[in-house]
Amino acid sequence: MTDIDPVEIKRIRWRSRRGLLELDIVLERFLANGFDQLTTAELAAYRKCLELGDNDFLDYVNGKAEVDDPELAHIIGILRAV
Amino acid sequence: MTVPVRRFDAVIVGGGGAGMRAALQLSESGLKTAVLSKVFPTRSHTVAAQGGISASLGNVQEDRWEWHMYDTVKGSDWLGDQDAIEFMCRKAPEAVIELEHFGMPFDRLENGKIYQRPFGGHTQNNGETPVQRACAAADRTGHAMLHTLYQRNVRANTQFFVEWMALDLIRDEAGDVVGVTALEMETGEVYIFHAKAVLFATGGAGRIYAASTNAFINTGDGLGMCVRAGIPLEDMEFWQFHPTGVAGAGVLITEGVRGEGGILLNANGERFMERYAPNLKDLAPRDFVARSMEQEVLEGRGCGPNKDYVLLKLDHLGPDIIKQRLPGIREIAIKFAGVDPIKEPIPVIPTCHYMMGGIPTNYRGEVVIPQGDNPEARVNGFYAAGECACASVHGANRLGTNSLLDLVVFGKSAGDSMVEFIRNEMPTWKPLPANAAERSLARISRLDNQTNGEDVTEVRTAMQRTVQARAAVFRNSENLALGVKEIQEVAERVKRIQIKDKSKVFNTARVEALELENLIEVAVATLISADARKESRGAHAHADFQQRDDEVWMKHTLYYGDDRRLTYKPVHTKPLSVDYIPPKERTF
Ligand SMILES: Cc1cc2nc3c(=O)[nH]c(=O)nc-3n(C[C@H](O)[C@H](O)[C@H](O)COP(=O)(O)OP(=O)(O)OC[C@H]3O[C@@H](n4cnc5c(N)ncnc54)[C@H](O)[C@@H]3O)c2cc1C
Repeated sequence: MTDIDPVEIKRIRWRSRRGLLELDIVLERFLANGFDQLTTAELAAYRKCLELGDNDFLDYVNGKAEVDDPELAHIIGILRAV
Repeated sequence: MTVPVRRFDAVIVGGGGAGMRAALQLSESGLKTAVLSKVFPTRSHTVAAQGGISASLGNVQEDRWEWHMYDTVKGSDWLGDQDAIEFMCRKAPEAVIELEHFGMPFDRLENGKIYQRPFGGHTQNNGETPVQRACAAADRTGHAMLHTLYQRNVRANTQFFVEWMALDLIRDEAGDVVGVTALEMETGEVYIFHAKAVLFATGGAGRIYAASTNAFINTGDGLGMCVRAGIPLEDMEFWQFHPTGVAGAGVLITEGVRGEGGILLNANGERFMERYAPNLKDLAPRDFVARSMEQEVLEGRGCGPNKDYVLLKLDHLGPDIIKQRLPGIREIAIKFAGVDPIKEPIPVIPTCHYMMGGIPTNYRGEVVIPQGDNPEARVNGFYAAGECACASVHGANRLGTNSLLDLVVFGKSAGDSMVEFIRNEMPTWKPLPANAAERSLARISRLDNQTNGEDVTEVRTAMQRTVQARAAVFRNSENLALGVKEIQEVAERVKRIQIKDKSKVFNTARVEALELENLIEVAVATLISADARKESRGAHAHADFQQRDDEVWMKHTLYYGDDRRLTYKPVHTKPLSVDYIPPKERTF
């Protein structure tokens, strides 16, 4: 993740604050454990997740909805395991 | 140090349902309007609301706004202001139909009208039979509301300042509100927003409790800003709890689990609800179950290393029932409690859900405070709406689905009042005081320069533990008195919090420290207000004073932060057009 702008990393950390408690908890765990090890591609996918609406995002993370976007499937898998 | 100034007719702090509904009123009137929000508006906490929004449309069953009003007055345990309650319930059908016209995708009946579902506490004919009054957009009502209002605002040219955190209210020598200071997270710079009128719609503050269903963002910033600016807070002792949140996480476990046969156990493995409610047992009313759970914890029969929760057991139902009748519960338990309920019980604890108190307003959305003989003098240029405001429609206890209604009715009403004020009374900006940004700059510079200070997370945890232990669902004199002492000690520690990361850009640590300075004001207000109220009313259940005492206590609490003093003001007993609804015992 060394080639990523550190400001962008900080912005992503802030944007991991959500409107739903369930997501806050999962993402807080993830930021503390796993986030720093992401590859550049995984980080881009995570950033894309943060653009999702909170309900859709949570349905993916909880496994309530199938992830149809192949770009997101891998990172959602990581989040499901958090 | 010169601080850059931006000028708007109106500045709104908060981009949730209340803030965006108010903004729309202002922008559509052609006024230059800014909305500040810590997060992208559609990620405000309103997104969590699933149940719906109430209105006596009568689409499914006969209904009248007068019945809705009765339910709300009764729900409030007669602490709600009846003029404000009448205003809200009368306006409800119009407010919901307006949302429909804005494009909000409500669930519909076959005849095309909005479908309405049942919800606890809403009845026909003043308590006779339950009525279907809640309008919903599937299980995403809050989300749909936010999207609808956001789109409308974009069209109306509302200017959004996303990832901006308001820091302090600016009042001039006369006490009038002339703007706010705000931190741009992207740059770490402080700005002044100079305005003819300011509205706070900053949402709740449930994060003062260790167990809360609220997202991390609900830190009561609007309330903290008020306290620092000398504006009192109203009825802060009243917080609504849900009995079964996952211990340590807050995530809700639906009541349906107990409906299907789940039971509550203490550390001895005893099914304690049999003792408190021999007939209804685990299915006794919400607040009763919550209080019994806390009683077990207080008497040392709580579970876990800190003996601070009880267990919700459902393994005896068998895996099939759990999977079929309680979908999602197993996933929630595994993910947030770390247990598989097919094999082990779920640790649960009564969990803070909603703040009934807040910034004192009237039904016009104007902030009103005591001045001389007038208990409710308008603060010129200052408005509030939504969960941060106390109109007061929820009184001592909120009815489900009345909060989303509150957002749109009082958001719009406040917006209208602001338009009127700006047009008639404030053709141009009042000058900014010379020291407009001083307080905010001092707060930030203290954080940057503090050495040998306290850790933000540790102090926040200490605050949450104190509020949870002393002012949750079960209250008594001894415990509250201890809480008042302890929380003031925590407040002293907050004055010395320190951050390691002093960088400017997107410094989340700084934001969290500034948020803690707001949370602590709310926490102190809660304990001091609760300690003083010697009765039981709505959500304030006091073991040493178990009755409601209308003679002495049918009045609103006002808490002032500068000297931590309380005063009281009367409840409005005069509705706008109908007869007063006199107090009765609240039985169900
Ligand atoms: C799990 C859950 C379910 C619920 N379900 C229902 C329901 O079904 N029906 C119902 O009626 N009610 C429900 N409620 C209650 C209801 O959702 C809330 O009371 C309501 O959404 C609050 O809306 P708001 O506009 O006041 O604030 P919020 O939506 O919380 O918005 C606050 C806004 O203020 C901004 N903000 C805060 N501080 C600052 C600052 N310092 N600077 C800049 N911006 C700031 C935030 O960024 C945000 O945009 C529920 C609550 C919870 C927790």
